[in-house]
Amino acid sequence: MSAFLKLLARNRLALGGLIVMGIVVLLAILTPVLPLADPDVTNTADRFQPPFSGAGLLGTDHLGRDLLSRLMWGTRLSLAVGFAAALLAATIGAAIGIVAGFYGGRTDNIIMRGVDMLMAFPYILLALAIVAALGPGLMNALIAVAAVNIPFFARNIRGITVGIAHKEFVDAAKLSGMSNARIILTEILPNVIPVIVIAMSTTIGWMILETAGLSFLGLGSQPPQADLGSMLGEARSALISNPHTSVVPGLMILVIVMAINLLGDGVRDALDPRLKSGALNRPLPATLVAKDRKPAPEHAPGILTMSGLETQFHVKDRVYRAVGGVDLAVKPGEALGIIGESGSGKSVTALSVMGLVASPPGLITNGSVRYEGTDLVGAPYETLRSMRGRAVAYIFQDPLATLHPLYKVGDQLIEAIAAHRRIGRDEGRKKAVELLEAVRIPNAKSRVDNYPHEMSGGMRQRVGIAMALANDPEVIIADEPTTALDVTVQAQILSLLDDLRRDRGLAIIFITHDFGVVGQLCDRVAVMYAGRIVEEGPTRAVLDAPQHPYTARLIACVPELGQGKRRLEAIPGLPPVVDKLPEGCAFADRCDRVHADCRRGHIPLDGSGGRKVRCLYPVNLREAAE
Amino acid sequence: MAGYILKRLLSAIPVLFGISVIVFLIMALIPGDPATAILGSFATPENVERLNADLGLDKPKWQQFFIWLGNMLQGDFGRSFALNRPVLDEVLERFGATLVLAGTSFVLCSILGIIAGVISAANQYGWADKGITFVVLLGISIPSFFLGMMMILIFAVQLRVLPASGMWPIYGDHNLWVLLRHLAMPALALSVVATGVIARLARSAMLEVLRQDFIRTARAKGVHERGVVWRHALRAAMVSIIPVLGIQAGFVLSGAVYIEVVFQWPGIGRMLVDAILRRDILLVQGGVVFVAACYVLFNIVVDVAQSMLDPRIKT
Repeated sequence: MSAFLKLLARNRLALGGLIVMGIVVLLAILTPVLPLADPDVTNTADRFQPPFSGAGLLGTDHLGRDLLSRLMWGTRLSLAVGFAAALLAATIGAAIGIVAGFYGGRTDNIIMRGVDMLMAFPYILLALAIVAALGPGLMNALIAVAAVNIPFFARNIRGITVGIAHKEFVDAAKLSGMSNARIILTEILPNVIPVIVIAMSTTIGWMILETAGLSFLGLGSQPPQADLGSMLGEARSALISNPHTSVVPGLMILVIVMAINLLGDGVRDALDPRLKSGALNRPLPATLVAKDRKPAPEHAPGILTMSGLETQFHVKDRVYRAVGGVDLAVKPGEALGIIGESGSGKSVTALSVMGLVASPPGLITNGSVRYEGTDLVGAPYETLRSMRGRAVAYIFQDPLATLHPLYKVGDQLIEAIAAHRRIGRDEGRKKAVELLEAVRIPNAKSRVDNYPHEMSGGMRQRVGIAMALANDPEVIIADEPTTALDVTVQAQILSLLDDLRRDRGLAIIFITHDFGVVGQLCDRVAVMYAGRIVEEGPTRAVLDAPQHPYTARLIACVPELGQGKRRLEAIPGLPPVVDKLPEGCAFADRCDRVHADCRRGHIPLDGSGGRKVRCLYPVNLREAAE
Repeated sequence: MAGYILKRLLSAIPVLFGISVIVFLIMALIPGDPATAILGSFATPENVERLNADLGLDKPKWQQFFIWLGNMLQGDFGRSFALNRPVLDEVLERFGATLVLAGTSFVLCSILGIIAGVISAANQYGWADKGITFVVLLGISIPSFFLGMMMILIFAVQLRVLPASGMWPIYGDHNLWVLLRHLAMPALALSVVATGVIARLARSAMLEVLRQDFIRTARAKGVHERGVVWRHALRAAMVSIIPVLGIQAGFVLSGAVYIEVVFQWPGIGRMLVDAILRRDILLVQGGVVFVAACYVLFNIVVDVAQSMLDPRIKT
């Protein structure tokens, strides 16, 4: 609760709303004791005196009554009526909602049908019908406004109650023989009251506005008594000649409702955990790059080279070093595998290449990614955009989420082409069919008109690949493209990628956690752990004789066919959280051959002949030496 | 699609029935004898009795309800006492004017609200976002009737650029230009609140969508950010914006009551208020049922639009 208040206080607008509201309420409460003129005493000789004219601070109205006094009394009445209406609606609505939610079944069904029926009305029709039946008057307007808001409360509270009614403590109360009425009062009610209060705080402004509206129409408070609405209604006939009599009550309504809305928004934001965590931040078109980034010097061995790449996530005051200095390169026609557990930073590495890491919270803090010598990190948006899909294309995991659900796959393919060159409708369609055929989708001509949800997982993944091929890129980065697929489809996709690489001379960076997949497709493999590459080398060599203990354990996790006797060895423990990386080797805590010096200082990625390892006591080297 | 529309239309029948029950129940709240209420307290007992018999008020309530419902289904909504003409004629005539006003406002608030919301989301925490957020807050806090009065003061009285009230000039031609000039202020004043609500919703719907994986795919393809926002994100966000448009239509229709009074617009809202003040109960009753029924049908149109926009909804 105090955390909530602190959060609310940090929201300056909400605090402002609270203060304004507090002042208005205080003045309304004090109105009877303030030295004000009688609001109902008329003085037709002093009609329509302007503000600050000596006849009262705000002047007088069409009957010569003191406007300031009427404003204060009117505010008091409007607040009271709005509050009473909110309380009435909340009480009745909550009672209905609790009964419906607690008893469930048919009771719930009938009640909620009725509530839905009431919600099928534009609210004012219901209010007008009620006022028509009961007759104009402030009390009746109050009842009408409360009545039209009951369904809102009933529905909200029912939802909450349903959630609570199935909790263990309610079951326990039932088993202990408590009566339903007592359970509702002692177990349910205390839990829904906060929700009721919040719902009230967000609707009270609305209620004040609505009762003022009915009074404005002449259906609410009747003369001489006046709330803000009827003051405005009465002043309307003199709008042109004496606007101040309209402006004064109108502005007051605006101030009150705005203060309440500010406060309500603040309450809502303070309660929304997603806002706190920044989960509702809009990812920018390209990942942010730290101003103090040091670009790596230009020496590009491959077509795409990452050097010293560091990518971090800044969430509140914690820094997650997702990628902690990665050096990698691919040549045309080469397939490079990046392998590691979930959270090892392999996907973030891949997404950093084209600035696709969600940002905020993502931030590239150091290093370079060079494509044919051009540094993509920190490149202008337009440069980056023109290379996305054309020079370096991506294939993502889970194409149900990564394809747009509401566009036909053909249109999405055409769009990929149209992003980089002009293409006519017919030509685009022809090209889309060709692309689908290239990834061996049967009936490509009719499949172009499918929506993603109308295709199987394997088909969708092929569409994802076709989309990556649309602009004949030089490099394809495939981020676990086969993880969601079953084994036979996986094998087809892999052989498809392999063919494409051979036919088109593509460079492929293949991200996976599966050594089997790496063995099938990749020439070289880099093993990532806690944001760093711990071992790199030709696939065969690494698979046959892993040097890093982590790689060795990872390979030992892969079951092999026909070798039922071998024990599958899970790696004990979990990877370290990347916001508190230990000094030295990140794997030290899980390693069974750890030495004291493993936990000290920086351990470089060392080696020769294309094989490198980040370990002081590599496995097979030492075994070989012994 | 035709089957779906038919299904939705059939599902409206119980709702419409429920609405007529509710209106009938509310009207049963009228204290005392309705005939006395209609004829006034000075009516002779004979007249009261005759009217009761005429209106079928001497029958049991449930019979009254079905007679009333049956008559309405045949297009007989009763007769307005104050206007001395059939309720349906008056309602239809007035509803036309409301439709022009509320329809224009609805189109206006949908377009403005969505554009404002998208711009706000696309520039989250930037100046455009802050500006729009503030204007939206102001918009949803200002009473539409007060806003309307201030607009009259500024545009009709001070600047003299727009007519202050009415739908048509008392003298002169009835053409589109004249109508638009009369429509400008009320339609704008009426759309302000709904624009604000839609803008808020569109903003949060867009923020929700912009984090989705398919947005990253669009960016990875090299689609320009404009296309990412307006084509990819907005299209997906529309799925959650459209139902709110349906709800806002109800609010626009409700707000029309105030705006019609402020701008002397000859619509059904002003008719209802006048009828209430004159205790013309049958006119109120008929007007309420008629507008509520139209609103229910409009929501079916929204649902159908929704299903056309989202191919994943099974029709």
